[in-house]
Amino acid sequence: MDVLLDNLSLFREGFYGTVKLTVVSALVAIVVGVVIAGCRVSPVLPLRIFGTAWVTLLRNTPLTLLFLVAFFIVPKVLYPDLDSFVLAVAACGFYTSAFVAEAVRSGINTVPLGQAEAARAIGLTFAQSMRLVVLPQATRNVVPPLSSIFIALTKNTAIAGAFDNTDLFNVSKTLSNDGYDIVMIFIWITLAYLIITYAINGLFRVLEHRLEVAR
Amino acid sequence: MTEVSVTKDAKPAADDLVVLKGVNKHFGALHVLQDIDLTIARGEVVVVIGPSGSGKSTLCRTINRLETIDSGAISIDGKPLPQEGKELAKLRADVGMVFQSFNLFAHKTVLENVMLGQVKVRRTAKAEAEEKARGLLDRVGVGSQADKYPAQLSGGQQQRVAIARALAMGPKVMLFDEPTSALDPEMINEVLEVMQQLARDGMTMVVVTHEMGFARSAANRVVFMADGRIVEEAVPDQFFSNPRSDRAKDFLSKILKH
Ligand SMILES: Nc1ncnc2c1ncn2[C@@H]1O[C@H](COP(=O)(O)OP(=O)(O)O)[C@@H](O)[C@H]1O
Ligand SMILES: [Mg+2]
Repeated sequence: MDVLLDNLSLFREGFYGTVKLTVVSALVAIVVGVVIAGCRVSPVLPLRIFGTAWVTLLRNTPLTLLFLVAFFIVPKVLYPDLDSFVLAVAACGFYTSAFVAEAVRSGINTVPLGQAEAARAIGLTFAQSMRLVVLPQATRNVVPPLSSIFIALTKNTAIAGAFDNTDLFNVSKTLSNDGYDIVMIFIWITLAYLIITYAINGLFRVLEHRLEVAR
Repeated sequence: MTEVSVTKDAKPAADDLVVLKGVNKHFGALHVLQDIDLTIARGEVVVVIGPSGSGKSTLCRTINRLETIDSGAISIDGKPLPQEGKELAKLRADVGMVFQSFNLFAHKTVLENVMLGQVKVRRTAKAEAEEKARGLLDRVGVGSQADKYPAQLSGGQQQRVAIARALAMGPKVMLFDEPTSALDPEMINEVLEVMQQLARDGMTMVVVTHEMGFARSAANRVVFMADGRIVEEAVPDQFFSNPRSDRAKDFLSKILKH
């Protein structure tokens, strides 16, 4: 009778699915986001244009549209055989990377210009001065906005559930099709999402605290 | 004939370390550098002086291409300044720069500040870089502060660390942009003394400063700038006691009153 106990393994699968989508997409978003932020402050004009275009395009496109592009256009035009997890991570990761890039860029802007100038003046390349001097000092201001970006990402991964990925959203659909009480499904699924977003929240609190102590 | 002209051409090229030819730069509508011609010989100490806003900092910053120029040419040790990229980074390592606001890396200790460029740019081994850094910190009189963070030091100490950081790269020329302007009066001398010693050791230096004592005792030449132009160049004694241009006379009378 109980939807949770009857389908524990299905719930577990959906939970892991959402966690996996979130974590892998977050990693993609961080790496791509930092690189794009670097492009946006780079002295090389084509890179700046590319960075700005990336952020503008991805931030202003509905994520569902990105999923449609990833699942229906990418396989036709570029790569026919990518599995649904990779496509979902690409859509969620690239979408989120635009928000990460903006957070990183505003963090970079809080570091006094003289720091980057001094770094370049001793002969560090642009990439080195970012990595060794600017980004370490920007981290403190980048971490707080990242927390809400990744919580939004967690919820956004639900769209992947509608595109052939096993996650919490996908499980909720399966169970309601099986005839379970929609309210009970909703409560358990919501609770599962809450566990993940609370974990992210907690993780970032710890990070922020660490960074403050390190000062 | 040919041989004579070759040696004639080659000789100044070997002695001239920094050459600016017909340099122009705009900030929007503001023509901040106007047809600047300036040649600095190896081992020479040049003091750049002039009213605020006359383009002294901009001039300094174009020499290691922290500012780009609109027209003209700049070369260092015979090589024209390259475009942004690895080549330019390599060249900047040969040009030491000391800023008015010190700009020490805030998240690194004093010792790490002086080691960073050696390790990451020159690829010096850590132990060797540390030894050199400690030597330089002793030389500028802040050896005992090596493990502190910049914010824990006085302005005068920070600026001496900044000089050590630049020297650690083994630069061919050092640029100083008003290195004592942000300092409390009692700290000015400790920085000037380090610079004076550097000049005596034969370092090629371009120094933007209003410290006339330093200019008189250490400079080979004074360059007076106003409104983006080099108005007058002379040896220090001549410039301070007998300036030729009205702009320089006016400027000197103003700063001498204080
Ligand atoms: N990044 C900049 N953008 C626009 N104007 C600038 C910039 N830097 C300097 N200027 C202007 O250029 C002029 C010369 O500045 P600067 O070289 O700093 O003069 P100085 O060092 O002799 O006081 C000033 O009028 C200043 O306002
Ligand atoms: Mg200035």
